[in-house]
Amino acid sequence: MALNITGRKLFVKALKEEGVDTIFAYPGGMITDIIDELYKTEGIRVILGRHEQALVHEAEGYARATGKTAVVLVTSGPGATNTITGIADAYYDSIPVVIFTGQVPLHLIGNDAFQEVDIVGMTRSITKLGVTVRNREEMGRVIKMGFQVASTGKPGPVLIDIPKDIQVTPGSPDYPDHVDIRGYHPNETVHIGQLKKAYRLLKNAKRPLILAGGGVRISGAQAELLEFATKMNIPVTTTVMGKGVMPEDSPLYIGNCGMHGRFAANKAVTECDVLFSIGTRFNDRITGDLEKFAPKAQIVHVDIASASISRNVVVDVPVTADAKIALERLVEYAEKMNTEKWVAKIAEWESEHPLTMPHSKIGVCPQVICDGINQVFPDANIITDVGQHQMWASQFIKLNKGQEFITSGGLGTMGFGFPAAVGAAVGAPDKPAVLITGDGGFQMNMQEMATVMTEKIPVVICLFNNSNLGMVRQMQQLFYGKRYEITDLSAGERGYFPDFLKWAEAYNVKGIRVTNESEVVAALKEARANEDGPTIIDFAVSPDDLVLPMVKSGTPLSDMILK
Amino acid sequence: MDKMKNRWIALYVENQVGVLAKVSGLFSAKSYNLQTLTVGITEREDVSRMTISVMADDVTFEQIKKQLNAMVEVIKVIDLTTIPIHMKEILYATVHGLDTEGKTEAFQIAEVFDRGGSVKICDIGSDTVLFECTLTENKNNEIISLLKTRFKNVQIVRGGAVAVEAISRSNR
Repeated sequence: MALNITGRKLFVKALKEEGVDTIFAYPGGMITDIIDELYKTEGIRVILGRHEQALVHEAEGYARATGKTAVVLVTSGPGATNTITGIADAYYDSIPVVIFTGQVPLHLIGNDAFQEVDIVGMTRSITKLGVTVRNREEMGRVIKMGFQVASTGKPGPVLIDIPKDIQVTPGSPDYPDHVDIRGYHPNETVHIGQLKKAYRLLKNAKRPLILAGGGVRISGAQAELLEFATKMNIPVTTTVMGKGVMPEDSPLYIGNCGMHGRFAANKAVTECDVLFSIGTRFNDRITGDLEKFAPKAQIVHVDIASASISRNVVVDVPVTADAKIALERLVEYAEKMNTEKWVAKIAEWESEHPLTMPHSKIGVCPQVICDGINQVFPDANIITDVGQHQMWASQFIKLNKGQEFITSGGLGTMGFGFPAAVGAAVGAPDKPAVLITGDGGFQMNMQEMATVMTEKIPVVICLFNNSNLGMVRQMQQLFYGKRYEITDLSAGERGYFPDFLKWAEAYNVKGIRVTNESEVVAALKEARANEDGPTIIDFAVSPDDLVLPMVKSGTPLSDMILK
Repeated sequence: MDKMKNRWIALYVENQVGVLAKVSGLFSAKSYNLQTLTVGITEREDVSRMTISVMADDVTFEQIKKQLNAMVEVIKVIDLTTIPIHMKEILYATVHGLDTEGKTEAFQIAEVFDRGGSVKICDIGSDTVLFECTLTENKNNEIISLLKTRFKNVQIVRGGAVAVEAISRSNR
């Protein structure tokens, strides 16, 4: 029998066996032993963020850019509670992250001890699994279970809480290869009968449309989707989370649909007679008024989670399956359809209301910045924060080379972008990481500037700076009689605030200010050339620029505000 | 919308810390209308079984079953609504302030409702009697309603339904 080892040693062993080469961590009293063990460990890069919420977003960016399960390590109490927003974000966007929290020793649990919180209880509704390790012997099994659950089926966050005494208790050195979880059986097959039924429906359609969501990306079915759509001649629209699963230069790709979707895409959803949806959960931002969503269509819904099917939208043909498994089959069936008239109709809608922005009265037009990014960074992973810039990016950024569009879709977390970009850059160092952010969201996690500088992470920060909380301001402008309450972030008479370039200087970060459209491309090129560290480009954007089209929350997709 | 009605689910779950909180938390988080929830250990120490009664329409009920199934700690979900089952709920009803006549009536009620020991007066004081009823939820509702009509001061303690699949025949 092998010699017993301490919990802290088993922790590191588990990471190694899981192939973890990077973790995002912040120290604290209840994980000092594990941190000491990491000091003695080769081959695991420990990224020290500057706030625990940011750590989780970094892990999300890393997981999205690599497809691997990302790992976060924080201490108990406030370290743990700070991760909650990140955990919720990962939950709603199905991102595999394992969060390890330190916990007070077993005998103190329940005593309201210093830095004690019931983090497992607090995160129960936003984790796939949450466990406090209550004895040393179950530690290996619990960690293995965590990695298995986080990465399989519909992926998501798992929280493992390890009391301080468990970390130093000796026990079995074994880390299992696999654990059987009797209540957990992710779907790995597809019901062929249902799939054929779905196919026949699609084949007989006059105006077929594929709606692809983030599930297609998670299952790695981009190639199969393209092949299927191309073989059958069916136009494709995507959700925000699905952006990038279809190369945007494909003639069959319409663009995103939903609240800020393309006119032609929302028209296509409204007019299609069969909607083949795959890997989407029909979030309200995609459907608008549910009663009037795809009113003329029979709906097929392929999703790995049966709980997502017929939840928001009642469907005609449900197929519970992984997107890739389903599409691999469908590609075999695929036969050419005559959709010329339908595709032409969609093109007509596109030319009727093409996606374009008027040039701004002041500052740089957001579309011009996006065009510049497309030109200078055609190969980059694009990461966004949440707000107007996010929607402009979802509209104008072109993803043709299978890059990731990393954004907070489900939770809409301001502050997500910058740390997620850090994680993406760490995970995929061969691809530039271009962050598109606003001055509001950026200020929510801009302490991570220290992380990028110390770790020499070459993130390109494109700050769409309008000194306003633009998305809410837009609603105030359109629906609340221009009563701009608490959306102005400037310092009144003194104008833009803070001065992001001075602030960047404090971190020794290269900063460029762009106030004129003619300077956009040159600034981006300069940023691209700066490969050793981050660059921040402060683009002056007008607060009056709007994200259009817009479907007001709760109204039908066909009711678009166009100007 | 399909009509709201009472439905029952049996749930095999891991017998672990936090599982009850997770299951009940689902009902509050998603605004499902939980009526009763009972839980106890099974023949296996590491497995508990819950009987849950909810008021829901068809669509919501389907969603509840799917959401429960999706939980890692839930081993099996059984829809008891449409299959033959045995189901009982324990009810204690304390009736206070009784004179002799009232006591006699209480004993008569117990006698009429009783089927082989399912209703009895299990304790008695100078002006108080305690009913112990092991009946279906519906039958218990009837007794409660009757006791409240007949007596002024009735105190009710209900245990929630416990159900098991029938072996041979329909029985509720």
